[in-house]
Amino acid sequence: MDLQRPIHELTAAYRRGETTPSAVTEAYLARIEKLDGRIGAYITVTAEEARATAAAADRRYRDGTPLGPLDGVPLSIKDVFCTRGVRTTCGSRILERFVPPYDATLVARLAAAGAVMLGKGNLDEFAMGSSTEHSAFHVTRNPWDLSRVPGGSSGGPAAAVAGGLAAGGFGTDTGGSIRQPAAFCGVVGLKPTYGRISRYGLVAFASSLDHPGPFGRDVTDAALLLAAAAGHDPLDATSIDAPVPDYTADLPRGVRGLRLGVPDEYFIAGMDPEVERAVRAAIEVLKGLGAGVERVSLPATPYALATYYVIAPAEASSNLARYDGVKYGLRVDGRDLVDMESRTRAVGFGAEVKRRVMLGTYVLSAGYHDAYYGKAQKVRTLVRRDFDAAFGRVDLVVAPTTPNVAFVHGEKEDPVAMYLNDVFTIPADMAGVPAVSVPCGFTAAGLPIGLQLIGRTLDEATVLRAAYAYEQATDWHRRRPELA
Amino acid sequence: MISREEVEHVARLARLALTAEELERMRAQLNAILVHIDALRAVDTEGVEPTSHAVPVVNVMREDEPRACFPRDAMLANAPDRSGEFFRVPRIIED
Repeated sequence: MDLQRPIHELTAAYRRGETTPSAVTEAYLARIEKLDGRIGAYITVTAEEARATAAAADRRYRDGTPLGPLDGVPLSIKDVFCTRGVRTTCGSRILERFVPPYDATLVARLAAAGAVMLGKGNLDEFAMGSSTEHSAFHVTRNPWDLSRVPGGSSGGPAAAVAGGLAAGGFGTDTGGSIRQPAAFCGVVGLKPTYGRISRYGLVAFASSLDHPGPFGRDVTDAALLLAAAAGHDPLDATSIDAPVPDYTADLPRGVRGLRLGVPDEYFIAGMDPEVERAVRAAIEVLKGLGAGVERVSLPATPYALATYYVIAPAEASSNLARYDGVKYGLRVDGRDLVDMESRTRAVGFGAEVKRRVMLGTYVLSAGYHDAYYGKAQKVRTLVRRDFDAAFGRVDLVVAPTTPNVAFVHGEKEDPVAMYLNDVFTIPADMAGVPAVSVPCGFTAAGLPIGLQLIGRTLDEATVLRAAYAYEQATDWHRRRPELA
Repeated sequence: MISREEVEHVARLARLALTAEELERMRAQLNAILVHIDALRAVDTEGVEPTSHAVPVVNVMREDEPRACFPRDAMLANAPDRSGEFFRVPRIIED
C-alpha cells in the first residue's frame, strides 16, 4: 500500500472504494511498528483509538456520507496538544504520566472532521529546541538520513509525514518549530496567522508567540488541514473572530501579477551556499511563472533572534511556574513546600528547559525588566513595522526557511549555535504573520532545502497559492526518502 | 556579566534546585546568551511602543452565564497526592 500519497489522493481512493480508512490505518500502524524504533517519531501510539475512529469512518464512506476532506485520514499530533484520556507529556518527565481530562480545541476539531489520530508526536521538551534531541524520552531521526536531526521542535510529526508514518500532522511554531523541521524533512509546514488556530488545550510555552499549524506532503494537504483547524474559539481569548475561507479554492490561480519581495537580510554570510542557490533558483521559477520580484529590506531582522531569546524565555518562565508538583505531574518530596517545588522542577525539567526558565526569570527580575524585557518588546514592534512596510509594496516575502540543512545529531551542543537555526523563522512569529515552508531542492548529499513564503496577516490564501504554483512547476515534493 | 551569586538567586526565584555543577554551567551559558542579547542595546527604540501580542488583543467579554465545569474527580485524577477532595501539600504553616 502506498503510504506516501497525499491526503487529497488518499480520500479520493476512499470515495472510490479502492481502500478504506481501516486498511490504511492498519498499514500505518504496521509501518510505525516496523520503522519507528529507528525514527522515533512518536512518544505514544494510540492504536486502539485509531482503529475505532477508522472503523467509524469506514461506515461513513460505505454509506456515502463522509464528513469532509479529512474523514479517515491518519495524523500525527505533536504531544503538546491535550488529548482526553491519552497522556500528554510535552516530551517532559514532569508530565510523563499526565492524562488530560479534556481535548484541545484543535484535537476536538480534527476528531469532528473524522481524522484518525495515530499517536502523539515527539518534540523537544515543552517545544524548546530546534532538533528534537531534547525530548526526555528519545531523539527523533531524520528519515532522509538517520544520522541527522529532523529539526524541531515539532520533529516527530515532521519526520512522520516525511517517513510515511502518518498522512499529515500538526505541530506548533513559536520560533520556527513547524517551518524549520518541514524544511529539514522535505515536507510542507504552515504557520498560520497568530490566533487563526485556537491555542485552547495547547500546553503553553510562550503564549504571545505560540502558533499551531499543519504538516502536509503537499500544499493542497496543508490547505485542507488548515481549513479544518482554523476558526474562532471562545475558549481562547486571542483567537481571531474572522471567517475561514476555502483555502483550496484559490490555489490554481497562479502567481501572475503577484509582487514578491526578496529581503536582503535573509541572505547572510555563513549560510549554506547550496541553500542560497536553491532558494534563488526557486525565486527564478516564481518569476518565470509571472510573479514580479523586487528587493525589500527588513532592517530589524538581525535583532529578531536576540529579541526572541528575551521574550520567549520570559513568557516560558511564567507559564512553566505551574509545574509545582501540586495539581498534576511529577512530585519529588522535600523538607517543605519550597524545597518540594524546587526538587520537583530540578528532576522534572531537562537542561534546555531549565536554561530558558533561568534566562526568563533573570530578564524579568527586579532591576533587569526594563533593560531586557521592555527593550525586547520595543524591538518586536520594529520587526512588525518592517513587515508592515514591506507589505505596502509587495504581496509576499520570499526567503530561505533556514540558513542550513539538517545537521548531525550532537553537532550543536552550544545553545547559541542551536538558536541561530531559527534566525529566518523567528521574525514571522514575532509579527504573527502567516508563513509556509515548501521543498525547493536537495543538497548534493541528498538533504532537503526549504523555501519560505511569508504573507500578510490572515492572508494564508495568497501564501498557499504562491506555494502551490511553485510546487506545480517543480517535483521536489514528490521525492520520498528510502526507508527499508 | 552574571555572577555565581546572581545565578543562585535566580534559581531560587525559579524554584530550581540546581547542583553546584549545574549552577556553574548555567552561569557560563547564560553569559554567552546574554552577550548575544546585549546587541539589542544598539537599537534605537526612542518613542517606540512595546508589542505584547502580534495581534492587538483587547478585553474579550462574554455573558456571565453559568456553565458546566469539570467534575472534581477528573481534576483530582492527576494529583500527585490528595486527601479526599483536596490536593495535599507539605505543611506551610508552623505550629
